[in-house]
Amino acid sequence: MHIDPNKMVTIKIDGIPVTVPSGTTILEAAAKIGIKIPTLCHHPDMTVRAFCRVCVVEDSWSRRLKTACNNYVDECGEVFTNTPKVRMARKTILEMILANHPQDCLSCPKSGKCELQTLAQEYNLKENSFDSVFTRVPKQEDNPALVRDMSKCIKCGRCVDACQAIQGTNAIGYQNRSTHFSIGTAFDHPLNSTACVLCGQCVAACPVGALSEKDDTERVWDALQNPDLHVVVQVAPAVRVAIGDDFGLPKGSVATGSMVAAMRRLGFDKVFDTNFAADLTIMEEGTELLNRLQNGGKLPMITSCSPGWVNYVEKVYPDMMDNLSSCKSPQQMFGAIAKTYYAEKMGIPKEKMFVVSIMPCIAKKYECQRPEMNDSGAQDVDVVLTTRELAKMIRSRGLDLTSLPEEEFDNPLGLASGAGAIFGTSGGVMEAALRSVYAIVTGKEAGDLDFVGVRGHEAIKEASLDLNGTTVKVAVTSGLKNAKILLDKIRAGECDYQFIEVMCCPGGCVGGGGQPFRTTAAIKAQRMDGLYRIDKKSTYRQSHKNPEIQTLYKEFLGEPNGHKAHELLHTHYTKREIQ
Amino acid sequence: MSKSLSLLSKRAGKINPQSVEDYVSMGGFSALKKALTMEKMEIINEMLDANLLGRGGAAYPAGKKWKQLYNIEGEPKYIVCNADEGEPGTFKDKLLLKDDPMSIIEGMIIAGYVFNSQDGYIYIRGEYRIIQEKFKESLEACEKAGYLGDNICNSGYSFRIHVVSGAGAYVCGENSGLLNSIESKTGRPRVKPPHLAEVGLFSKPTLVNNVESFADVPLIVEMGGKAFAELGSEGDGGSKLVSICGNSVNRKVVEVGLGHVTLRDLIYDEEFGGGIADGKELKFYHLGGQSGPIGFPEQLDTPYTAKALKKEGLSVGSGALVVLDEDMCIIDYLLKVCEFFIHESCGKCTPCREGNRHVHNILTKFAKGTATEEDFERLERLSATMALASSCGLGQAACTALDSCLKHRRAEFEAHMRGECPVCFPKDKEGK
Repeated sequence: MHIDPNKMVTIKIDGIPVTVPSGTTILEAAAKIGIKIPTLCHHPDMTVRAFCRVCVVEDSWSRRLKTACNNYVDECGEVFTNTPKVRMARKTILEMILANHPQDCLSCPKSGKCELQTLAQEYNLKENSFDSVFTRVPKQEDNPALVRDMSKCIKCGRCVDACQAIQGTNAIGYQNRSTHFSIGTAFDHPLNSTACVLCGQCVAACPVGALSEKDDTERVWDALQNPDLHVVVQVAPAVRVAIGDDFGLPKGSVATGSMVAAMRRLGFDKVFDTNFAADLTIMEEGTELLNRLQNGGKLPMITSCSPGWVNYVEKVYPDMMDNLSSCKSPQQMFGAIAKTYYAEKMGIPKEKMFVVSIMPCIAKKYECQRPEMNDSGAQDVDVVLTTRELAKMIRSRGLDLTSLPEEEFDNPLGLASGAGAIFGTSGGVMEAALRSVYAIVTGKEAGDLDFVGVRGHEAIKEASLDLNGTTVKVAVTSGLKNAKILLDKIRAGECDYQFIEVMCCPGGCVGGGGQPFRTTAAIKAQRMDGLYRIDKKSTYRQSHKNPEIQTLYKEFLGEPNGHKAHELLHTHYTKREIQ
Repeated sequence: MSKSLSLLSKRAGKINPQSVEDYVSMGGFSALKKALTMEKMEIINEMLDANLLGRGGAAYPAGKKWKQLYNIEGEPKYIVCNADEGEPGTFKDKLLLKDDPMSIIEGMIIAGYVFNSQDGYIYIRGEYRIIQEKFKESLEACEKAGYLGDNICNSGYSFRIHVVSGAGAYVCGENSGLLNSIESKTGRPRVKPPHLAEVGLFSKPTLVNNVESFADVPLIVEMGGKAFAELGSEGDGGSKLVSICGNSVNRKVVEVGLGHVTLRDLIYDEEFGGGIADGKELKFYHLGGQSGPIGFPEQLDTPYTAKALKKEGLSVGSGALVVLDEDMCIIDYLLKVCEFFIHESCGKCTPCREGNRHVHNILTKFAKGTATEEDFERLERLSATMALASSCGLGQAACTALDSCLKHRRAEFEAHMRGECPVCFPKDKEGK
């Protein structure tokens, strides 16, 4: 079969002619004429596995049914997507899956978002005609971030694709055969002792409740209801452009105001912005970069905001830990500042401070529990919730995000520049850094603050910048598989970059493992646009111009990379053995 | 007059299988020499004329497969011989591998020449451990004699064959699973498309044929496609090795012209099965391994060839003929077949992974006499779903035997529901 994307192919689906480029799948062609063929193992951003077989259709050229997800329009006759044979097969397949499923939907973390549940409803499955063959296996909760409940696994392989084909971490894979076919780590080692970086891309990929983040909402409710605690919350940039998904807003909607209002109504004493801490990160990281450039430090310097990425370097490339910026991530800088500067300013004893983070990320749950992240004298960030967990709390509180008024963040840790906002997308940290570094080194204002060379969706983006006659070469990448390519080049001495931004999840935090389910590349792009819109509208678009940041240095920190800054805002890395 | 043929099996037992001299003395390598003087398309045309249906079990026309690969661009192309003879009751490839390995080698070299391949692989099932070693010896002998390796027969053409051992998985007999296994990947079938002819071994265009199909190639080149086709019958050319076993008197490999003998001949003829052992009655027979259909006494007069068998819902399949006598309960037998597929399923696709065990559950109910009328509907629905929607041939064919029995022996299932079966619930002398 010869696929030529320039050639158009016309086929009939359910009697309706549709013309699509050669190499289009039946699934995609059907979608074009408004026919949604059911799927479970298929994901538009992933390789084709055709494991679940739910998407079968009839093809006049074939006596067997064909899976719509992997068969091309080039090799089929007339397609029928809703014949008695098709419905019989799909129903039987769903019944077989359900006969091996716990069906405890009421207590399942995925209830309401579960793709199997949806299909069971759509196919009107009430009583299963097959006897249950379900056996429970123990839940795996041996790490602070990610829960694997393999009793619920339907063996669709999406998590494996996320871990192997997309991230290249290969922490999980297929095991055994036949009814013992399952997904797990090599030799069933605990997740944290494998190459797993807790990025949660597997969780984002899972169509059912087999994979989820560790639910910490009850801990936050407890804190909110404890009158002795002063509970502050910070919210990461990528959350505001994604949370609307869970409330039916158009994809990429900027929901900052109503999200702040919702958090205030949840009972947080103060609602702060991680974007503020992102500005702080730029001050520290930009200064660190200039120091390394001027004093012959280890280059290229690589960003360290993304905890999954940091885990990856510590586990897989420990020889390159010195290339990582010593800066803590914005969430951890926020935690350290909240429990020192803010607490002192407000006269609140440290032990009464409770810091919650809302993150698009699962690895952040691990990060906040790292022993290094106690520089305030206590755990700097107490609890991390994902975007999904925040949405759950908002619903639990009986709030509808769409009908809340727009409210502003609290001060002093709530004012941020547009540069802080774009931290949530791949290329954003780099662009934010370049804006400030350029201004600081040259003493001039860049004519255009949009460094578009580092924007977009390409796997590896490159740019260079003239700093008073010295050319600084930078690169931006996201997704660990791409990062690995860069790291190997650096290791081989084939790169002359001075500064590299790496985000663990493809597309950056807009596509983080803690974001609302059913995220696709197209949705990530809409969230990116949302962040750039926030930036464009911001009063300040460079981190160093943020007056609250200037005050923080004046009143408390002193100089960027100074003694106090080092104590609170910088960290170190440790090689971690993997099995 | 004898109904058996002696073409594929003519050298078996008569030569030292590792001796090139012996092989040549009985006509060996003359086809190769002839082929090396022929145009490639000429050879493919002979293959097309031969009407050779692939001998592995799926009966895909070999000539068509060759022509398709010939028209596919890309280099290198690989030649792969599927010698993972895993269908229970099938041991006809073993005869060739053990007693006439050079006929397979010769066929592979001719195929290699047609597709300008440098490398061929033969994937021999792990249980044939001694045969693997002997096969390697045969390869060395051929190379020493100039029939394999560099500059074969001074033609300027070079070709090598590598032996790869299976490790016991039935599913590695599925061609794409087999290629994965050669590549040191998990032996699970691949998603198709892409087809193996386009993206095969090491992602290169690949020809995969069965042992017997390759051994047929020298015959076809030697006698011409048309003459080969005439050995068989309409649309199903050549002679065929059949392995007969089970409750028959004789358990052996025989060679017959396709369509020139009936199933009755194969089971009862003295030179073939020789009838049922211990004076018992024939109850049924299983054709083509566990994935094949089951035939019954009333179908015995069907000629053993694709078209006639198909009319009866039967098929040649792998060439196995397992004979079962009156002491075998159909339900018990089907349970064993089902256990086999539960054990051998790779587990990646839902219908096969989950379906087999539900079939087993329901058959167990029949065996215990606790099945109900609805269980027929369940079985039929499972079988249809597995056949229609499974990813590879394993799941698609897992219920073939069940289908035959449901179609022809429904009464026996119903009797089981009532707790009546002459084998499972024998009555005493008073009929209780």
